[in-house]
Amino acid sequence: MDSLGHLANGFVVAAKPINLLVALLGSFIGTVVGLLPGLGPINGVAILLPIAFAMKLPPETALILLTAVYIGCEYGGRISSILLNIPGDAGALMTALDGYPMAKKGLAGVALSISAWSSFVGSVLATLGLALFAPILAKWALAFGPAEYFVLMVFAICCLAGMVGERPVKTLLSALIGLLLATVGIDSGSGVYRFTFDDVHLSDGIQFIVVVIGLFSVSEMLVMLEQSHAGQVVIKNTGRAMFNLKEMADTWWGTVRSSIIGFVIGVLPGAGATIASAITYMVEKNLTDREGTFGTGDVRGVAAPEAANNAAAHGAFIPMLTLGVPGSGTTAVLVGALTLYNITPGPLLFEQQPDLVWGLIASMFIGNVMLLVMNIPMVGIFARMLHVPSWFLVPAIAAVSFVGVYAVHATTFDLVLMVALGIFGWGLRKLGFPMAPLILGFVLGDMMEQNLRRALSITDGHLGILVQSPVTWVLWTLAAGALAMPLVLRRLKPAGK
Amino acid sequence: MRKPLSIFALSAVAAFTSHAALAAIDKPECIVGAKPGGGFDLTCKLAQTSLMDLKLLKEPMRATYMPGGIGAVAMNTVVAQRAADPNVIVAFSGGSLLNIAQGKFGKWTENDVKWLAAVGTDYGSISVGKASPWKNLAEVGAAMKADPAKVPLGGGGTVGSQDWTKAALFARKLGIDPKAMRWVSFEGNGEATTALMGGHIQVMFGDVSADEAQAEAGNIKMIAVLADKRLEGKLAHVSTAKEQGYDLQWPIIRGFYTGPKVPDADYKAWQDMMRKMMATKEFATLRAQRGLQPFDLTGPELDAFVKKQVGEYRKQAEEFGLVKK
Repeated sequence: MDSLGHLANGFVVAAKPINLLVALLGSFIGTVVGLLPGLGPINGVAILLPIAFAMKLPPETALILLTAVYIGCEYGGRISSILLNIPGDAGALMTALDGYPMAKKGLAGVALSISAWSSFVGSVLATLGLALFAPILAKWALAFGPAEYFVLMVFAICCLAGMVGERPVKTLLSALIGLLLATVGIDSGSGVYRFTFDDVHLSDGIQFIVVVIGLFSVSEMLVMLEQSHAGQVVIKNTGRAMFNLKEMADTWWGTVRSSIIGFVIGVLPGAGATIASAITYMVEKNLTDREGTFGTGDVRGVAAPEAANNAAAHGAFIPMLTLGVPGSGTTAVLVGALTLYNITPGPLLFEQQPDLVWGLIASMFIGNVMLLVMNIPMVGIFARMLHVPSWFLVPAIAAVSFVGVYAVHATTFDLVLMVALGIFGWGLRKLGFPMAPLILGFVLGDMMEQNLRRALSITDGHLGILVQSPVTWVLWTLAAGALAMPLVLRRLKPAGK
Repeated sequence: MRKPLSIFALSAVAAFTSHAALAAIDKPECIVGAKPGGGFDLTCKLAQTSLMDLKLLKEPMRATYMPGGIGAVAMNTVVAQRAADPNVIVAFSGGSLLNIAQGKFGKWTENDVKWLAAVGTDYGSISVGKASPWKNLAEVGAAMKADPAKVPLGGGGTVGSQDWTKAALFARKLGIDPKAMRWVSFEGNGEATTALMGGHIQVMFGDVSADEAQAEAGNIKMIAVLADKRLEGKLAHVSTAKEQGYDLQWPIIRGFYTGPKVPDADYKAWQDMMRKMMATKEFATLRAQRGLQPFDLTGPELDAFVKKQVGEYRKQAEEFGLVKK
């Protein structure tokens, strides 16, 4: 096949010593940046870009470096999710749901290693998809208009139903608070300012990173402080470092499913790793969680979102490379990187710069192998983070979180808002409200509203557009399925016993 | 990350001790009032690269990202907190001027900063899908006149944004109330382009620099540029709106301003630097590579231009009923 020939050439480019070196360097930097709460791939890449340019690296080498950082972040984000219950980057949000309980049970090592493995599987499957199907998938992404995005969000919200569990009212309220926070800022349809109190800092709405760091990082710190004050013993047991074959077998199909779903969602510009990992987590819970162990430290709940966020990050390269439209915030910076080298990222990139594109794809394979090799032995080192006494850990996390948020937006307003949200989040947690639905409401609500309004603008208010394409029919069916699934499973359960 | 603080300290020290004009610009910084990757970023990068290549600055200029309100947060920071910092320049665009005119920058107006330099301009463009039956503005106009609700238009911004204003001006030329047109607002030009390519909207109001690549590849058809005369280069075949009988121009200048209290000596040093930069061939090449057309104005000339432009936008915004009371 044509693309395999190109890929072979790509490996020749990627295997140059300098490119191997920067891939290794980038993977490591990425892991660290991903690990730090607040700093995500977009910052890592934006900080390194001028350095790469100043070092006069050739374009493919610079792109390989930045891509390695991006991919590395998706690996690194899981570490603080699992060990501290603080997502290192947005895509690792769902990993905390089962990763942290696993760590509490003394299975931190297993959670870290299985998630490194599933990240690897997700990445490799997605890179294969990228190499083989990029042009076809790019066309498919174009078929996604506002109506299709809206129904996709409906599907995601319906998946939330599976998470309701024992606290339906609190889950629902949590999601509604998220929706409420999402309405702050300039209204995309009419240009009207909503809930901004005439403060310019709120005109773009509340930044995602501020919400995540506030609700997770700051509130978690408050919880830690409270526990250490009360004299409770924090978990010390890090357990074995490697997952066993049974755990691998248990997670295998979920990992593959999540990789595919994550990849497909990643291809859609704007959807991204957070939504991909949320949907896959909920799909896996609905499909496989017969015993109700998701959320209490189930290894499958760690593997699925990690496979998905990595696959989505790779999928985001498809619109960038084939259409010149970035599929995520980070790929938008990469597009900017290309313009620095006077390469027009656009529809002709595959034809005009085959070395660059295929070298990049080949380096993704190599980079992922490096990341796997790097991450597995480091599990033991990372897990030691649990031994760090909280009098040191809490201020350290606080410093990193503050620096992270300040580095992104360079305003003190966001810091104040972050602390306020942290206290608010701590209160909610004390009252037993789950945090994940709140964040999902925040992310999904915004996209859902915008796309619904776009769709209705197109048709002058006729709802027909929401059911007019085959893509929407499939998504509506999936949404109905997601709603029905927990009910069906609940019926089946007593019968089975 | 403690840099901003140290810059404060340094500039304070500099203000006390030194009278040498250039001594104060020792840690140059370009503020991008948005997330990485957009037009402000491009403007800062253009200056960053050019000033470094031409060795006009001893220290490399760093870029700081300060997203929020399409530049509102950046302006607020510079006016309220770093007004006298000689190291800081802030990227602005024609869109910033539009926002100032509509009162979206809070209490700050065009009189609250020192306008430093305009380094280039982009122009608005109007495009249709590649399979579209329409080939020019007259045909689009006819369809819109027949039933504005049947022609979904879109662009990378909400009601009141640059893209919307281009569409509203076009609608007004056709005698259609801008409120009657079907406007679909996307987040940024990229999303709007994808929607045009996917056939979800039929006409897109965008910018030449952003849409050039897709038009060249044949994925969309650019049917008009909103410049006073045709552009040079690859888009020379696209006629202006003016040629097609609709006197519609939309230049989007790109440039920099500084804080209101930056000492005159430093303000002048920056201007000289920008002037020297813009006079070189190297800069012309770098500017062209970023899809920008020549547009050189510094200091007082720019100040006059900006104030006139904001005045016009303000009048326009009032006519469209957009001014925030």
